[in-house]
Amino acid sequence: MHELSIAMNIVEIAVKQAALASADRVSEVELDIGTLSGIEYESLEFALDVAARETILEETLFRINRVEPVAECPACQHLYTPDGIFSHCPECKKDGIRLIRGTELQIKSLLVE
Amino acid sequence: MCDTCGCEDGINPVRIRRPGEPEQEHHHDPDHTHNHDHPHSHGHHHDPDHTHSHGHHHDHSHDHSPHSSEKRLIRVEEDILGKNNLLAARNRGYFEAKGVVALNLMSSPGSGKTTLLERTIEALKEKRPVAVIEGDQQTLNDAERIHKTGAPVVQVNTGKGCHLDADMIRQAMDQLEVQQDSILFIENVGNLVCPSLFELGEKNRIVIISVTEGDDKPLKYPTMFEHAHICVINKTDLLPYVDFDMEQVKKHAHSVNPKLQILELSARTGEGMEAWMAWLLDLKP
Repeated sequence: MHELSIAMNIVEIAVKQAALASADRVSEVELDIGTLSGIEYESLEFALDVAARETILEETLFRINRVEPVAECPACQHLYTPDGIFSHCPECKKDGIRLIRGTELQIKSLLVE
Repeated sequence: MCDTCGCEDGINPVRIRRPGEPEQEHHHDPDHTHNHDHPHSHGHHHDPDHTHSHGHHHDHSHDHSPHSSEKRLIRVEEDILGKNNLLAARNRGYFEAKGVVALNLMSSPGSGKTTLLERTIEALKEKRPVAVIEGDQQTLNDAERIHKTGAPVVQVNTGKGCHLDADMIRQAMDQLEVQQDSILFIENVGNLVCPSLFELGEKNRIVIISVTEGDDKPLKYPTMFEHAHICVINKTDLLPYVDFDMEQVKKHAHSVNPKLQILELSARTGEGMEAWMAWLLDLKP
């Protein structure tokens, strides 16, 4: 359940940003979470609910964008959609991938009032 | 509840202690803020007769502009693990300054991490100073085992937490007497999932599996293997008794991480320990 630590970090960053913007309410928090980031989406949603309690984010909608993976083959630089962290290049068939997208763990934006 | 480690203050705090010493509660980093900023209005009325100087600064987070109910989009684009990564970088700088090589040891429970550490500390004696941080949810058991070897050791009990984080390591270092040029072994909480996301400031990551586990471990827990530098396959003395396909596990591990170096050994019998010791003694800060 490292999703709880992740959720707490999200809440901490959002609370700080809302204070900097002198916001009274945060209606939305937009997150980019890669499908290969090691996060279980349902656990994260549950953890966010717990972490946001008794904060300015208690009523906030967390919009989670699932970022699909994109890989580059280290050998032939071919770009492709890998089927997992362990994947091989569909062009040159070599093992080993470099993930360009899909491991994101980022707070994109806040919608505040 | 505490932001960084997810511990429940008072109910299940993170505890950092040394064998044979009274326990010390997890004290929080002053930068480590708690989420108690619940929205509340300050009904701050000024009494005209009540004169006092406001020599302190109030951090009111409300906007008095007439447009305060308008929705605004704030671009944040901040890495969620940014704070942990920053603390890890701070630890890394501290380790480098002391010439300490920190190794993050990760595995499932029961792979033989602590036994491997006991044997390794014995074998490293008089060759290189060693220190240990033990991570477990509860108990001092592992720290007590390491304490018997004579190496300085601190136990971090994470309570409900499933991994160590950079702040716990920083606090553990306050209690650990680490000599210059030591190898610092950090035994993470037994778990092949969560610790992989949390940098501690280590130089190398070591994943330990044992032959009594399935040979598809690297495929089931790819993140752990993807970020590791060394994979130790322990308990090779049990190979005749188990269905563990060594070539298959190596193939799986290399499909996740082609650069992964694999060492086969038995901490119990000592078989294969030379390669592991050679790798350790060759480590430069």
